[in-house]
Order: sequence, then structure tokens, then C-alpha cells
Amino acid sequence: MNFDLTEERQMLQDSLRRFLRDKYDTATRNGILESDAGFSAEIWNGLAELGVIGALFTEEQGGFGGAGFDVTTVFEELGRAGVVEPLLDSAVLAGGLIADLGNETQQEHVEALIGGELQLAFAHGEPGSRYDLNRVTSTAAQNGSDIVLNGRKAVVANAEAADMLVVSARESGEAGDEAGISLFLVPADAKGLTVTGYALLAGGRAAEVTLDDVTLPESARLGAAGKAFDAIEARTAVATTALCAETLGAMETACTLTREYLGTRKQFGRPIGSFQALAHRMSDLLIDLEQARSAVINAAGHLADDRASRERHVSAAKNLMGRVGRLVSEDSIQMHGGIAMTQEYELAHIAKRITIADHRFGDTDHHLERFIALSAA
Amino acid sequence: MDLSYSDEERAFREDVRAFLAEKLPKDLSDKVKRGEELGKEGHERWHAILNDQGWLATNWPKEFGGAAWNAVQRHIFEEEAAAHHAPRIVPFGLSMLAPVLQKFGSKEQQDYWLPRILSGEDWWCQGYSEPGAGSDLASLKTTAVKDGDHYIVNGQKTWTTLGQHANMIFCLVRTDKDVKQQEGISFLLIDMDTPGITVRPIILLDGSAEVNEVFFDNVKVPAENLVGEENKGWTYAKYLLTHERTNIAGVGFSQAGLSAVKRIAKSEMAGGRPLIENPHFAARVAQAEIDLMAMATTNLRIISKAAAGQAPGVESSMLKVKGTIIRQEINDLARRAAGVYAMPFASEAVAGSNDALPDPNDAGPVAAQYFNNRKLSIFGGSNEIQRQIIAKTMLGGAK
Repeated sequence: MNFDLTEERQMLQDSLRRFLRDKYDTATRNGILESDAGFSAEIWNGLAELGVIGALFTEEQGGFGGAGFDVTTVFEELGRAGVVEPLLDSAVLAGGLIADLGNETQQEHVEALIGGELQLAFAHGEPGSRYDLNRVTSTAAQNGSDIVLNGRKAVVANAEAADMLVVSARESGEAGDEAGISLFLVPADAKGLTVTGYALLAGGRAAEVTLDDVTLPESARLGAAGKAFDAIEARTAVATTALCAETLGAMETACTLTREYLGTRKQFGRPIGSFQALAHRMSDLLIDLEQARSAVINAAGHLADDRASRERHVSAAKNLMGRVGRLVSEDSIQMHGGIAMTQEYELAHIAKRITIADHRFGDTDHHLERFIALSAA
Repeated sequence: MDLSYSDEERAFREDVRAFLAEKLPKDLSDKVKRGEELGKEGHERWHAILNDQGWLATNWPKEFGGAAWNAVQRHIFEEEAAAHHAPRIVPFGLSMLAPVLQKFGSKEQQDYWLPRILSGEDWWCQGYSEPGAGSDLASLKTTAVKDGDHYIVNGQKTWTTLGQHANMIFCLVRTDKDVKQQEGISFLLIDMDTPGITVRPIILLDGSAEVNEVFFDNVKVPAENLVGEENKGWTYAKYLLTHERTNIAGVGFSQAGLSAVKRIAKSEMAGGRPLIENPHFAARVAQAEIDLMAMATTNLRIISKAAAGQAPGVESSMLKVKGTIIRQEINDLARRAAGVYAMPFASEAVAGSNDALPDPNDAGPVAAQYFNNRKLSIFGGSNEIQRQIIAKTMLGGAK
């Protein structure tokens, strides 16, 4: 057993941490948050040059990583700095699905993505699907040699910036069936595609996407007709693990800021961390932070397992991160007091990242129920 | 033991309901329901409507033009107002400054300032906290130095709620540095238009701009604006804090919040069924409701004591802690219920135009409210300070 990072991953962590420390301070990041695009093209290109996007893909796919621990190494660092650039959506989800399912021509998009030249989005969730991956009601109908898409996709992250969207739609079966779901590559300028964007509370942008007779050639289909569910679930497992690692990084920052504040803020003539009521709460956060670190390691270490084991560990991690995340976010703010409620203080953004992570890929309760079901199976 | 309200109290509740049904403007209650900011005009309009009815200064004695309601009446009004999504009454002039002026102010101050609070001519804000004086309020450093018939004020106040709308601020200032901290503080009324005052908004993590920093640079304040005696301000401040804690449990807000959670969870689908039917989520809602039912009764027990003339002591600290925990739990349930639609930044909704909100459940800016209400356990004496008060009182000198 060995819990050390490999030499390559250690180098990746060091260079990414240095890059973000130099280029991504609070003021810069808050400027990015308020920009129209919601992310910085300069930072995106910098990350691509650093090899961060390539680290998320295997050598076969044109990258130089792609394993669970590569993904978590990258995302823990992104989380520490509160990075809002769309690596999760463009690279892990949409790019990952193309890499997993795409034919040779489609794979070329992955190369462009790794080089920093392409933005992607994954349009899957719908207004009535909440966190269920199988609840797809958007339709894909064959019309001669064409495919016609109709439906609405909810809160599609990075949809406005995407040059191309990976869109799920049902070719057969009922909402809730795993069979019958397909994926399609839809260019951003496709006729009948409407993208209505808005800012997200924790940074970045998303959009409601409507498909109104979007007509595509059959070559736009990613993988086999009606058989995309397994790939969607497996990719979502990677993305969920990435998000857990990002949340872990954010919690590290929250705890560091809170520890420092407890040591320097004085009230009643002494550092507030010398009050036992606060010191013990801080200790509880640090204990749970180690629980979170282990949960992320468990999820990353089982990503290559069979479905049952993989999903059980992913749900365990996401449930634990939801619970610990709430504690860390709320208690860090509380121990700081009003200062942590202000936008210009780093913790404000970090706390929002932690909490809003509970609203992606299933919340604490969703994954508790899923863990129970997967454990019984 | 009798849990029912008296006939008079029930009749009073009916009066309140009829008034709210007739006089509460729909555009204002819609905004409150959706968690949007009212703006200065909205608050002033609602205050004027209440004042016309004689129900604005519910806690003031009749001699000052108040309604002189007892604690049970005030509780009934607060409960009904929250259920009808009435705007909250901005408390700074009405329930914080006014009781201090009524008890410690001069006749001239009472005659001049109190009618202006009722008429809405003055909008007061509170100058207490400073960057270095939060929980330890008595360590405040803003100074006022007597110079003939004026004080010269220098320093900085912070967390000044709605200070951007205010034309007057009541401040705690240091007038003697050479004595015990609490014994060198005075209570001053300051015109916000005086040269040397700068107000800077503080943007909070939910994007709202409701609190401010207020800077004082050689601000000249007439000596007649001193309330009571010099260096007795701490006594007045403590008296004010007991009034700040009326409606501290926020029962009405929690009840309205719980209704909103249920409404969202009926419309939001999970696994093809309404979320409210999900046993796990239903259990969370039930748990909050059970806690709220008990807390509502604790609140009434304390209110009944107060109505009988006994001043609440440590109980108001208990209500503050429990009340804010329950309210924050309900905020957490609301953001959970909204699912992926908790993610959009509803700044448009906060600012008053919500067309851009994509949420099919019409949940409103629930995640923004969740974050905004983290303040509940921080301000008005943090929950840690309240626990310390409870411990000191009940355990005797625990540190």
C-alpha cells in the first residue's frame, strides 16, 4: 500500500499550484466572475499549455494520464484556488464522452480540446430529471438519413462558450429507461438550437438549451444508437469524483483561512482561536477534512472497477462530501463572522463552490439512497 | 395550562388578517415571497400604510403615538405578517432608537425625533460594529471629542444595514479613553449629510448590497445630539439590545419558509415522483417542522411571561440560538429542494426583475437566501456570544 503521489503527479500538482498561485489570486478571480464570458481564455490557454487538460485523458486518447488519481490531482488544485474555468464540463464530461465513444473522425475533437482550441458542453439533464441520469425525454427521430432532435436541457454548464454540444436524446423507450438513450454532437450554430444563458451563483455560466427540430446527419451520433447510458454513467462517475476532489481542495482552503483567522483575529484581548468553543469546532473541521480526503481517494481508486463497485464508492464519496461540505462551509463562515460574508474575502467564493457542488450530479440524499440500493444489489 | 388564545386575541388576529388582506400591496408581498429586495420606496410605502392604521409603532407607549400592544399581540401580528408575506418593519428607528429616546432622551429630543420616525421623515441606521469591534463591541474606537458646542467624530463603523437609505445614524462613540472600556462610551445622533461622512457599500456573497461601511472624518456633531449623559452610552446600548431581540425567534419567518419548502418540493420531481413524496426528503422536512412546533411554543411561553410584565432574560438568548438554527435549516431545505435550479445566480431576482430566472418550480433565489441568512447566527450578538450569556447565567461565571 502506498498513498504517495507518483513522481509525474507530484510534478503536475506542483506546477499547477504554482501557476494558480501566480495567476489566480482573489482579485483576478473575482474579475473573471464578473466578466461577461464567466471565465478567462488566457487562464484556459495557460492550463492547456501546462498539460492540465491532457492529464485528464489516457495516452490512447491523446493525453498522458486519464486515471482516477490524475483527475483528482488536477481537481483538488483547481478547488483550492476556486477556479471557475470549465474543465469539468468541457474536458471531463463532454470531451471524455467523445474520447470514450467517438470514432476516429470524432476523436479529433479531443486533440483540439487538449490543445486548448475547443470548448464543449454536455447537455443531458432536463427540467424534470433532477439528478436521475436515465430520465431523458428529449427525442431523436430518424428522418430519412437525418436525425431530428427535440426537447429542453436544464442548467447546461458552459453551453454558451461551447463550439459543440454533446446532447443526449431518446431514440426509443420511456423516460426513466436506461436503454434507448443516444448521444449526438451538435455544433453551436445548428439551426433550431437555442441557448439562453445566465451566471451561476458559484461562478461560471450555464444555459437553458432548447432543441427545436435540430436536424443532424447520422454521423453526428456518438457511439451506438440507444446504447449511451453506460458511457454516460461511467463518465458521470469520473466527473463526480473530479467534483469531490475539487470540493476537497476548496475545503482545504476554507480550513486554512479559518485557522489563520482564529490565530490573528482578536476580541476580548486575545486571539479568538484561544476560546475553547471555537478551538474544538476547528478541530472537528480538521477531523472531517481527513475523512473527505479518504473518501476522494476511495472513489478515485475504484473508478476502474466494475460498475457496482465503482458506483458504490462514488456515491459514498459524494454523500460524505455533501455532509462534510456543509459543515466546513457553514462553520468556516460562522467562525469568521461577517467578514466571510463579503464578496471580496476569499472564503465567500470558496464556501459557495463547496455548497453548490451539492447540486451537481446528485446531492447528499440522492447518493445516500443510491448507496443503499447499490449495497443491496 | 391552556394552549388556546383568548377570545380577544382571536378577534385581534381576525382584525390583522382583514387589514393585511385589504391593505398589503400585492407588488410588495410578491417581492417578499420571492425573496427580492424592496428598495427604499417599497419600505417607505409599507411603513406609511401601517402608520395610517396606527400599527407602525406597535411597541411604543400611547403617549408617544404608539399602539402599545402587548407581547402576545405583537407575536400575532408578526405571525400573520410573515404568513401574508408582508415586508419586515425596518427596526432601526422604530424599535431600536425610539425605546432609548423614550427612556433616556430629553423632552426636546423626544418631541423632535419621535414624530419624524413615525412619519418616515427620518430613516435611521445603526452605528455600532467596527472592523475591530464585533462580538467585543465595548472595544469600539470611533472617537468623539468635545469642541465648544460640538463633538468632532473620527473613526469607522461597519455592517451598517440599509445605511445607503438612511439620513440619520445613531452611534456608539468613545468619549473617554482613560477609563474602563464600557465607561467611556457615549450615544450620539448624527446627520448622514454632515461633511466628512462617507458611505461605502459592502457587497455580500449572495450579490446583495444591504450593508455598508460608514467613515467619519472630522465630522461636526451638535452637542445637543448627545442622548442622555456623556459616558453612559453602554447602559443605553444594552437597553437597546434587549429591544433588538423582540421577534428574535423569527417563528413567522420560519413558518413561511417551511411553506415555501413544501411548495417547491411538490413541484420538483425526483425519480419521476414529486420530491415531497421522497421519504428521505420528507423526513428532513418533518424534522424541521417538529423542531419549529416546539420552538413556537417556547416562544409563546416566553412571550406570555413578558406580557405578564416579567422581563425575558436568558430565554431571549435561547430563542436567538434555536430560532436561527431552525431558520437556517429551513433555508438549507429550500436550496436542497430546488435541485439543479439552485445553481443559477439569481441576481436579477434580487434586484427586482426575475425574467431571466429559468427555474420551472418558481423557487426564487433560494441558494442566495441560504447564503444571505448565514448572517442570522452572526449578527445581533453571535450565537457563540448568546451561548456564553446562557453559560454565564446558568453555570455561573463559565469562561
